[in-house]
Amino acid sequence: MSKFQKKQANTKQQVPTAAMPDIIFMLLIFFMVVTVLREVELQVRVDFTRADNIEKIEQKRLVSYIYIGPEILGGGQYGDTRVQIDDALIDDIYAIRRLMYDKLMEEPRLIVSLRVDQKSEMGIVSDVQQELREAGTLRINYSTLRGTQVPM
Amino acid sequence: MQLKKRSREVAEVPQAGMADIAFLLLIFFLVVTTIDVDTGIGMQLPPPPDPDQEPPPIRERNLMNILVNAQGFILINEERASLPEVQQLVMDFVDNQNRAQDPNLSESPRQAIVSIKTDRQTPYEIYIDMLDEVIGAYRQLRDEASMREFGIPYRQYNARVSREDNVIREMYPQNISLAEPDPGS
Repeated sequence: MSKFQKKQANTKQQVPTAAMPDIIFMLLIFFMVVTVLREVELQVRVDFTRADNIEKIEQKRLVSYIYIGPEILGGGQYGDTRVQIDDALIDDIYAIRRLMYDKLMEEPRLIVSLRVDQKSEMGIVSDVQQELREAGTLRINYSTLRGTQVPM
Repeated sequence: MQLKKRSREVAEVPQAGMADIAFLLLIFFLVVTTIDVDTGIGMQLPPPPDPDQEPPPIRERNLMNILVNAQGFILINEERASLPEVQQLVMDFVDNQNRAQDPNLSESPRQAIVSIKTDRQTPYEIYIDMLDEVIGAYRQLRDEASMREFGIPYRQYNARVSREDNVIREMYPQNISLAEPDPGS
């Protein structure tokens, strides 16, 4: 009998799979918590502008969005610049005051994120800002991407 | 009387398929999730003006007027400036006390007010670029002060202290005023 006989490992070579569902559930719960389902259908085009000195909004639950941009007409056509809050286009700009005031009552620490198309003009942005001032929602955030402007 | 003998079955939910169900759900959420962080320039709007109350008097030297017109040209205190210059000009103006001590610029960073005014036709893009420069100037001033006082960048310092204890923020408050735009043509 050879002295150098190969030693046979007598354990079974199997990965234990009993804990797998638990791991999967943990992953699942992580993604469920992280997921924010897209709740609005955009009716205006919003191409973000870029800036360098930006900050993150940490508490997403406090954020309410206002979209400003050219209305999407379909077929690659764009209409006039409009304001969208939640799912509706706003016809009367003075309605923003009441809408935002109601939101502020629900969430006193509200942050309004202005998502404005880069080709918009300041006039309408400023009108919206005046309405926000009247409503008392004073914390705003101009949504931008990180990075310097691409020269055109 | 003979009672029917019931065989006692152990009620068991089959668990073999559970992992599959969990996998399906997991894949659904994986696909749906977009981990995007909201980034942007934070601002605080002033409260609505009180018609009965006169605005407080501000000395001319403490006010820096930035005007961006419809063509995207920048005027700072009536003089043309280009976008890359804005940051340096704002820094000189705000931190005048510790720099040149020019009698035409602000008395102290706390009294300095940067007023931004646009036309109604000003492109939003240029407005944001300009605002970015102004915020950048404040950020750099705070960074410098933080390095001087505590030896760490402002971002680290800001993360360590609460908002009330933040002396750097107190030293360089972002007094940015957004003026109502001119009606324009």
